[in-house]
Amino acid sequence: MEIEEHFFRHEFGRIVAALTRLFGVGNIALAEDVTQDAFCRAMETWKLRGLPKNPSAWLMTIAKNRAVDILRRERTARVSEPELKRFLESEWTLVPTVEEAFSANAVKDSQLRMMFSCCDPNLSEEAQIALILHILCGFSVKEIAQAFVCSHAAIEKRITRAKKILAGSTKLFDLTDADLPSRLSSVLQALYLLFNEGYHGSSPEAAVRADLCREAMLLMNLLIEQPALVTPRSYALAALMYLNAARLLTRLDGSGNLVSFFEQDRSLWDHKLIAEGQALLNLSASGTELTKYHIEAAIAATHTSAATCEDTDWQQIVSLYDMLMAIHPSPVIALNRAIAIAQLNGPERGLHEIGVIHDLDRLSSYPFYPATLGELEFRRGNNLAAKAHFSTALSLARNPMERNFLQRRIDICEES
Amino acid sequence: MTEYVYLYRGYELPASPEEMQKKTAKWMTWLKDLSDKGHVKSLGEPLQPAGKVVKGTKKQVIDGPYAEAKDVVGGYSIIVARDIEQAVTLSLGCPIFEDGGSVEVRAIAQMELGDGN
Repeated sequence: MEIEEHFFRHEFGRIVAALTRLFGVGNIALAEDVTQDAFCRAMETWKLRGLPKNPSAWLMTIAKNRAVDILRRERTARVSEPELKRFLESEWTLVPTVEEAFSANAVKDSQLRMMFSCCDPNLSEEAQIALILHILCGFSVKEIAQAFVCSHAAIEKRITRAKKILAGSTKLFDLTDADLPSRLSSVLQALYLLFNEGYHGSSPEAAVRADLCREAMLLMNLLIEQPALVTPRSYALAALMYLNAARLLTRLDGSGNLVSFFEQDRSLWDHKLIAEGQALLNLSASGTELTKYHIEAAIAATHTSAATCEDTDWQQIVSLYDMLMAIHPSPVIALNRAIAIAQLNGPERGLHEIGVIHDLDRLSSYPFYPATLGELEFRRGNNLAAKAHFSTALSLARNPMERNFLQRRIDICEES
Repeated sequence: MTEYVYLYRGYELPASPEEMQKKTAKWMTWLKDLSDKGHVKSLGEPLQPAGKVVKGTKKQVIDGPYAEAKDVVGGYSIIVARDIEQAVTLSLGCPIFEDGGSVEVRAIAQMELGDGN
């Protein structure tokens, strides 16, 4: 029998969350140690004996037993949540309380509360994401450093500091707290950034990128299962993730090279994900709130509903980008809007729109800014200018995939 | 055919759940392959790293074994092979080597009956 893909990683997040609930958030390090210990025992046993019938229950049992030992030995020192403390102090209720903390619903609840705790306003967005990946998704410091193309030392420092802040709170974030709406915004933003890092990210390793998208989606699913947390904007973000994830794999060709959006093989898009994304988008349409997630999901849905690139409703896409610019202006969005205008009205109009982007200097190190100029110059037959722009883009490329992609564009300019 | 013991000694534990999973899968694949080829008498057992050592005529009990991490026996399996060369060859696929560990290959001694002389 084989171990389900990413099983260890996901069980790790679940067990740490359940144990943190029992030990108190101030003892998160202890929760991690106990979990790590259970995993070492699993690995040592399973590698020789093979998998038990229910690997998940096996791991939980080890963790539960250890938790009972610890809670019994250090009865008062460990617990900080008053509503649990009472039950953990008495031998009458100790074991049932620990059992209850590991029930399916309680584990999900603890994971959600942990997610909200990780998005503490005292932490930067980068720190929130690193913490979520580390605690809830079981990523090691090395794996996070790889995903964000950061040094090991920088990530380690970020996580250590973030954990200190987390451990300073008296308990995991309470989902009935009055701060819930504003904290939910931070959680959605963190999941949005996590997904985008996987989707557009600068990491050279394709596998890492898909991992980040998958983790963001799993956490998102956990969130929209919870009635108290389902808002139209939660559905909109989930829709955005599904509709983009459906196209994730076609961003790369068989040899791992980046494929231009216009040349993606649409028959390889995941139509099941598209259907789910569309259903989520419909659910997001209640209420009066219109967020960037709604608009970005609508843009993605316009793309996924076109059978070919030529069939795309570019007029619709331009209007959506106009709305996005109105509520959330940024030079990258303006650049994407200009690309859509070029599709609709030709490359000259696109170049003109790029020329009038406010804050254009903020794109000076973004390789797809000169790459877009190159693409539009190429389309209007100005190969020399196109090549120069692609060369500038090449000098800004962040990973081998981008370098290969831009080198091929330069080659095409020289050939034709 | 002769029986041999593989003693798995000292290695680094992987740092992340994902790496642990990959490592566990490698061990399972390697042992399954040996097993499918009829070379496994017993998969054996993992051992906890810490224990007690009882020694001397005074039967002194000490915490132990306190060996260097690289020398601690982490488990064993019992293998069937033609000869020591084959037993060694079969051990080469063990994932332990990637993590700085070692496999000690030892024949299980056959006690011969004396002929009465």
